Parts: sequence; C-alpha cells; structure tokens
Amino acid sequence: MATDYTIAIVGSGPAGLSAAARAAQEGKTHILIERAPHLNDTIFKYQKRKHVMAAPEILPRRSDLDFKEESREEVIESWEAGVASAHVNSRLNTEVTSVKGQRGNFEIGLAGGEKLTAEYVVLAIGVQGNLRRLTIPGADLTIPDADRPFVQYQLDDPDEYQGEEIVVIGTGDAGIENALGLSVNNNVSVINRTADFPYAKPANAALIQSAINRGDIAAFFNAEPKRIEPSYLVLDMPEGETRVKCDRIIARIGALPPRRFVESCGIVFPSDSPTAFPNVSETYESQVPGLYIIGALAGYPLIKQCLNQGYEVVEYILGRNIAPADEPLIQAKLDSQGVSMTVSELVTAVRERLPLYAPLTPLQTRDFLIHCEIRQLNPGDIVFRRNDFTNSLYSILDGQVGIQIHPDRPDQLLALGQGQFFGEIGLIAGRRRTATVVAITPCLLLEADRNTMIRLVRTERDIRRVIDEAAVIRFIRTYLATDANDAILTEIVRTAEHPPEIVEFRPNSPADKEDRETLVREGATDDNAVYLIRKGSVTVSRRIAGKDTVFAYVAAGNLVGEMAMLQNAPRSATVKATVATEAIKIDRGMFQTLLDRSPAMRQSVDAELEARLRERRQQQQIASHAGDLIEFFARQGLGEATDVLLIDESLCVRCDNCEKACAETHHGVSRLNREAGMTYAAIHVPTSCRHCEDPHCMKDCPPDAIHRAPTGEVFIADNCIGCGNCERNCPYGVIQMAEVPAEKPGLLSWLLFGWGSGPGEDKSPEGMAKRSGGKHAVKCDMCKGIEGGPACVRACPTGAAIRVDPEQFLSVVRQGRV
Amino acid sequence: MTVTPPATAPARIRPIRHESFLVYERFRYPKIAGGAMVVSILLYLVDSPYGSRYGGTWAGYTLGTIGALLILWLMSFGYWKRSYTTNQGNLVEWLSAHVYLGLALVVIATLHTGFHFGWNIHTLAYALMCVVIASGVFGVVCYYRYPPLMTENRGSTTMPQMLGRIAALNDELRSVAIALDDRTATLVERATETTEIGGPFWRQLSGRNPNCATAAALAGIAATAATRQVRLLLDEKAQLLSRGRRDIRYKAVIDIWLYLHVPLSFALLAALLAHVVSVFFLW
Repeated sequence: MATDYTIAIVGSGPAGLSAAARAAQEGKTHILIERAPHLNDTIFKYQKRKHVMAAPEILPRRSDLDFKEESREEVIESWEAGVASAHVNSRLNTEVTSVKGQRGNFEIGLAGGEKLTAEYVVLAIGVQGNLRRLTIPGADLTIPDADRPFVQYQLDDPDEYQGEEIVVIGTGDAGIENALGLSVNNNVSVINRTADFPYAKPANAALIQSAINRGDIAAFFNAEPKRIEPSYLVLDMPEGETRVKCDRIIARIGALPPRRFVESCGIVFPSDSPTAFPNVSETYESQVPGLYIIGALAGYPLIKQCLNQGYEVVEYILGRNIAPADEPLIQAKLDSQGVSMTVSELVTAVRERLPLYAPLTPLQTRDFLIHCEIRQLNPGDIVFRRNDFTNSLYSILDGQVGIQIHPDRPDQLLALGQGQFFGEIGLIAGRRRTATVVAITPCLLLEADRNTMIRLVRTERDIRRVIDEAAVIRFIRTYLATDANDAILTEIVRTAEHPPEIVEFRPNSPADKEDRETLVREGATDDNAVYLIRKGSVTVSRRIAGKDTVFAYVAAGNLVGEMAMLQNAPRSATVKATVATEAIKIDRGMFQTLLDRSPAMRQSVDAELEARLRERRQQQQIASHAGDLIEFFARQGLGEATDVLLIDESLCVRCDNCEKACAETHHGVSRLNREAGMTYAAIHVPTSCRHCEDPHCMKDCPPDAIHRAPTGEVFIADNCIGCGNCERNCPYGVIQMAEVPAEKPGLLSWLLFGWGSGPGEDKSPEGMAKRSGGKHAVKCDMCKGIEGGPACVRACPTGAAIRVDPEQFLSVVRQGRV
Repeated sequence: MTVTPPATAPARIRPIRHESFLVYERFRYPKIAGGAMVVSILLYLVDSPYGSRYGGTWAGYTLGTIGALLILWLMSFGYWKRSYTTNQGNLVEWLSAHVYLGLALVVIATLHTGFHFGWNIHTLAYALMCVVIASGVFGVVCYYRYPPLMTENRGSTTMPQMLGRIAALNDELRSVAIALDDRTATLVERATETTEIGGPFWRQLSGRNPNCATAAALAGIAATAATRQVRLLLDEKAQLLSRGRRDIRYKAVIDIWLYLHVPLSFALLAALLAHVVSVFFLW
C-alpha cells in the first residue's frame, strides 16, 4: 500500500533539518513536521547574539547544511537558505500527537485529527518538550497596563528590559544565563530551591556565585515560590514567608522530555530515571523497526553531531551502510599505532574487556573513543614517569603493565592486567604522576585525557564511583601504606565499619549558612577521623593568646589529624581549607587496621609524631607575622598555586619594567598587572597567573586549548577560539582577551631615532587600528620556550620580583631585604 | 602539621633569588669594584714618572682607557634594560654591577687626571662624569628609601581605586551641600569641581598643592553641627588627596634623577669623545 511519503521527519532542529535536506537531495518524498511557527525552535529561542559553538572541533561535518561557529542569527539564516535551496518539504504549526505502526506503514496522527502515512519515521524532537510552568496560585496573572503575563518562561533579549526589578526562578544554565544577562541593566534576584547550583555547568555556577558575592545579583536560597500576587512573589523560606516586590518574573525551571509521547510510539526507555535516553541501535533505529531517533533525544545534544546524524539516518534508511562520521577518525588512531582492528572491533573490545566503561551504550562508546588515543607498547616501554605532569587515564585492553611503587627499587613492580585502569590520581587531583609505569608484556592501552574523563564522570555516576574507589585505595597506598598491596587495601577498605569517603571542603563564602571549610576544630574531643588530602590545600592554626595563628600550610598528598587519634587527646589545632579541597576521611578503626597491617606506615607515622611534638615546643618562636603572611597567602588563593609571582614592595621602585618585559616577549600584550593585587607586610601579589594545581581555566575550554607543559606551567595553545570561558572561570582575574597588536620597529631604531612605540604595549591609535584577527585569551605562560625563564623576574632591576613555589613561602618571609 | 614530602618529592626546586641589587650575590660587585679601585691606586702609585703624574703617563693612559671603556659599558645598561628578548642574565646583576662599578669609576677617573684640573674640555668631561655619578648615587638612595614609604602611604590601593573613591566623595559632597547655606555651598562646589593631583613637575615634587580647593573649603567652612557631615567628607577627601599627592611625589623623586642622569651621560659621552680626540690628535 503506497504511503503519503517515504520518510516523515518530526522536529526541525539541526538533526531534523539535516535529515530532510538529505532526503530532498536524494529525491525521496519526505515531510518535515514542525510544531512551532518557524523552523529550528530551540536555536530560535537562544538569547540574541548568542555565540553558537561547533564542538567537537575534530569531528568532520557531514551534512547538506553548512555549519560553523557563528552567532545565533547567522546560523538561523544559513540554515534557512540551505533548506530552501534543497527544496525541503516542510509543514509548520503542525503538532504530531501519535505515531503508530511499523516499517513500511506508519500512521502519524496530527493535532486536529488529520493523519499522514509514511514508510519510515525519524523522531528528531529533542528534549525541550514542554517548558515546565509554575503551578502556584497567581501564576497566570497578567499586568493590565503592559498587557503581558507577569510570569514569562522565555527571554529573547536581555537588553530589552532596563531598570526593572526582575526575579528569576530556577538556577540551571538557562536561569543563570538570563540572570547574568539581565543584571547589567536591571536589579535581579534569583530564587534557588537549594543552597548551591547543582544543575548548572560549573562555569555558570562560578559566575553566578561571584555575582552574588559582589552584590550584583541578590539571591534567595532554600526558597520555594508559594504564590504570586500583583507586583509580588511570595516565597516559602526556612525563616517563614518572604515577599519580594518585582516588575517581572522569569521562570526557567526546565522542560519535561516528551517521555509519554515517545513511549506511546512503542519505544521503551531503559530506566525510570528522568535523564534516561531511549536505546537505539548503531543505525539509530529504536525497538520499533522503521522508527528512528536522532539528535538530543538519542543523547547527542551537540549541533554538529545532530547534523551528522540527520545525514546518516537517511543513508541508513536507504540501505546504504555508510560508516559513521567518526569512523575515519577512530580508524586513523588504530592505524597510526599499527593495530590491525576495525573500529567496530575496537568498540566491542572496549565494551567487553573494560568494565569501567560498561555503562556506556555502543554509540556513547564511539563518541568517547573520538577523544581517546590508542597506544601499542613493547615490553620495557615506559607509559609515564614519576613526577610527570601528564594526567590522562589509561585502561588495559591487552597485556600487562607494572607500577614501580618504590623509585629506588625499579624491579619491584605491581602488575596490572587486562580490564584494569591506572593513572587516575593525576586525573583527579591534578598532581604529578606518583609512580613510573612500564609495560611488562606487549600491550594495548586506551588513553583518555583529563577533560574527556571529567566530562564522562560528570554524566555517568557509575563510572565515577568505580574510579573514586580505586583512587581512594591507591591514594592510601601511595601516601600512607606504601608496602601494602591493592588486594589487602581493598579488603581493609571494603570491610571497614566506616569506609573511607571523599569529603569536599571549600573556604566559606558570605552566602553559606553552614561551615564548609573546617576539617578539624581545635579542642574537639568527639571526632576521630584522619584526613588524607587528595586535592587542594589547608592551613593549620592554633589559638595563641586569643588570636588564631596559622603556623603551617599543608598541600595534597599529606595527612592531617592523626596526632589526636594516636595520643587520645583533644584536637590540637584547627584545620581549614584554603581552596576547594577534597580529602579522604579515614576513621579511627580503619586507620588502626592500616597501622597494624603496614609496618612501613607505622614507622613513618611514629617518626612524624615525634617530630611534631618536638616542633610544638618551638612553635611559639615562629613570629606571628609569618603566620599572618601564610594566612594572607592562603586567602589570596595561593594555596592552589604551583608557581606564583611575588613582588617585595620594599625593593620595588614601580618602574613597571616587569610589565614591559612581559609585553615585549609576548607580542606586545602584557599578561601581568603589577599594580593590581593585594599587599601584605610589603609582599605584593600582582595579578598574574598562578599556574594552579587544578587549573580553573582548563575546566570548560571547548577546543581544549589549555594544557600543562611537562615543566609545570599552564599555557594556552594556538587553537583558542576566544570564547572567554577561561577568563570567566579564573577566580584571580589573570586571563584577558586581547588581539595581536601590530609589528613595530626594533629597539635600536626606537632608542636612536625614536621610531616605533618603544617597549611595552602599543597603545597608539595607529597601533590599535592595525590590530587584526579575533581576540584570544592570553595569560602568563611562564615564558615557556623563552631562554632564561620568566622575563618579569629577569627584567626587575632591583630584585623585587621573584617566583616562588608555595611550599617555599616561609623562606620568603624569613629572608629580609638588603 | 605535615610538611614531610611524600614519596614523591618534587623534582624541580628552583632556588629563590630574593636579594636586592645592593647585596646581590653576597656583595659580589662591591668586591669586584673594590678590587678595581685597589688595582688603580696601585697602578697610580707604582708609576713614578719624570715630572708630575697626569693623564699622559703610561699609568695615566691605562687608567684613562679603562675609564673610557667603563663609561661605554655603563651606558650600555640602558640598552640591556630594554632588550627583553635576548637572555643576558638577570637585570638585578646588571644594575648591581652598574652601581658599584660606576662608583669605582670615580676613583679610576680621578687618578687618571693626576689631580690636574683646569678650565678646559678635559675637566669638563671629568666634571660631567662626577655629576652623572652623583645623580646615580642620589638614585640609589631613592631606590633604597622610597619603596617602603610608598607602600606605607598607599598599601594595596591602586591609584584608579583612590580616584574612584574621590569621585564618589565628590558626588556625596554635591548632594549634601545643597542643603547648606550659599557660602558653604559655593566653597564645596569649588572643591568638587577642581580636584588636582599632580600637575607640573615642581608641584609633583613638592607633594603639595597651594591652590587646593578642598583645603580651602575645609578652612573656610564654619565648624557647626550642620556642617559636620560635609566637613567629614571634605576631610576624607583631603586625606585621599594628600595620599595621592604624596604617592606622586615619591614616584616623581624616584623618576626625576634619571632625567639628569641619562641626558648628562650623553653629554659626558660627547665631552669624552672631544677629550680623547683632542688628546690624541691635537697634542
């Protein structure tokens, strides 16, 4: 029986548009059905002038539609042109209410009763579904004078409103972006059901928190909207009812994926979790033959992937078994290592042999593999060395590797075999490799870089749990019980009455209701946990003569809190986090077991105890000044620095030669602002990159342009796209967006003839006019690749500028001047 | 407290060089300069020529050549200071050498003259050299004295931050003065309209502004309860202004000696050239 169309495509986002364009190019009868009055609704609803990105960069685009990174308006325009020139057959303002049938004979029911038939159906409806709306009393109030609803669920242009009191309900990415955009010209308050921002990307969470701290945006935490009255929003808060006067309410409280609709088509979801995606085969076919799912609904919200899937699904429907767009990419990885495997054999191998990645579907596995590397090694090859700054995670597909636990005994190896992983400590803590790993037999390894793993563990809880457990065990082995093996430790950990847990701390902020920064409180008698610091750093302080005196700063890899436990005495000091810190909390029972089973650990802990008792007697001699300085450094966030520029202001003549040197060695843009920054006791911390242990800038870099070099400095590579995420994420304001300035004549011609603008940045109008190319993120890169090291230190005439490792803080303080 | 490094001690420990240019490397350059001075004195004493000692004896020529080369080398500091891309060592070392060898130059050049002075180009060159060195000594004293004073004066507040605060105070003053009588309001208005920090170089160096409208307003407004608020604001503004002017004064002093030191050294170069040419070609 002939159907109306060969292919029916529901939804006109990038996936649907691409599929329709392909079908049109192939000359197949098709229909593109869209509920809204315009194509491409989700992108249509993006904030005006939003910068649309084309990640992942390395994935080739395979579609009849063009796409590159540009503004929302340009993307919409380019696709409308593409669709028109392909002669796509579309129907707008048409809602699909049901899809029934199977391959060859689908019946599509439309709102209003009409029915269409098609041989194949492609669902590309995304997950925007229906925007959730407020259901509290008064949610449908309108403003009579302005003739608009009091509550709106969409924001097109944040500049449209000026000087208003606006309340934003909902603190996911959309709510935060709207609030930040509006706060420029309006008084904005946000309503948050909890005390932090778990639903937003970390970059957005950081941005809104700092806006709240600065006072740019007001926030109501632990608040639930109760009802809406004219000009007022009434909240239910812990202290009672609160009325908030406002001119406008914007509610961004999420969207329900159209699960019921999808299930009514005969598709089964794998679980009841609201974030579950329907299972599809490698050709995007669901359990219903002939019914395909592509795009965000299949789990791929990135635009480029949607475009590719639209193209591919039509090819599969037409019986052409083309290789997916990522096939040549992954095959190249295998070929370059001389591994004779096809991509699907690799996918199968990963799914069968690596239990760590078991939660991933085949499509997700492929997507993950795009960002991985394959390594084929011979016996004796070194995977990585101790103290390297590399930080990828390795999984063993085949063969055996050995970990050198003791650097002085290279033949003593802890062997790991097929299915196991290693390298996770560098991944999580952002620290150097703790041991050298060599291949024992010929082996095949899968290497995943840090950013990829971080994205993965953010979405897959199970993977995160497995890695965390292994990390805890291995961390304990490396830093405490160096002579125990993994099996014994695993047993101790798993049979402990209170298993070790990873606890997070961070410095308190004004909005905090509870104390989040104290690990140990001086004088406490009831808590007997020991903390092994995994990431970040803490200060140890004691109350001396009524004043909190900091006397030590402790970095990751070290233990705090074991003194009281061994001596059965109240806590002898207060331990507080200086930056976002993760610590493994080990309870007394397990600690004692470890001490009993590991003679090496007992020996080192005993020695430590004695040294500390001795040191406590000398403690009073440390000038309170030194303690204050450490505390000042800690408050400046230098706890997470690996290398920081300090200026001794008792020597600095403010000549700014350091800034000029920085500019001259970096294309005329100085990455150092000498004057800005805090000073304490004549030590000034200028605004300049601290090369953090766990760089904030790296967290959300779409092209993955920020790396750490083997010698420790964090630098931004040339593939920066200028999105500004790093600038926003950096809590110290050391990154700026700059354009490459024009060339200028050399030093001698300036000295002798006055040509050119001289050392430092070219601020002349001519210089500014000649700058071309987009803006890129720039920051201190420790003069990587420049002979002699950091130019700022070399160029300081009086010796005021120094670069220090935070672990050398105290000696900075003790060396006086002149 | 645990500062024991774990099994993984960091491989890279960069030594911190935190020394001022005056003590660089345990007084390496004072020692070298001292040695040079001793050698020159010995050379001077060793040579007992027929007649008096002066620049034309072999010791005199030697000292003169050393002195001239030293002058050229000292002047090259201005180039090395600005050549950031070539790695010629740390600038601290250059400055330390420059200062101490510059001091040694006094001795070397004076011995070279044999204490023969007159109203001629040769003594002019010597005199210019002494002025240059004296300005350099003044500079060293400034570099020693002023940085801690600057920190004490301004701490970590930047100049833009201070100016921002002054602007905010001006706004407040304007709104408070409206409610007061005409005479006070006029004084306050004049104070808010003209706010001068710095100015021509003599004013920068003095650190004071005799025409300061804010000071005039403070002096001219009667001390009553009604004017308390405005007087408090004016006082805070005056404090900030005085801090700002003091900061500029310190910076001006630190900078100004270079306006003598560098041009005069070029004058010295010219005089030196004339001296050498006249000695070798005209005598």
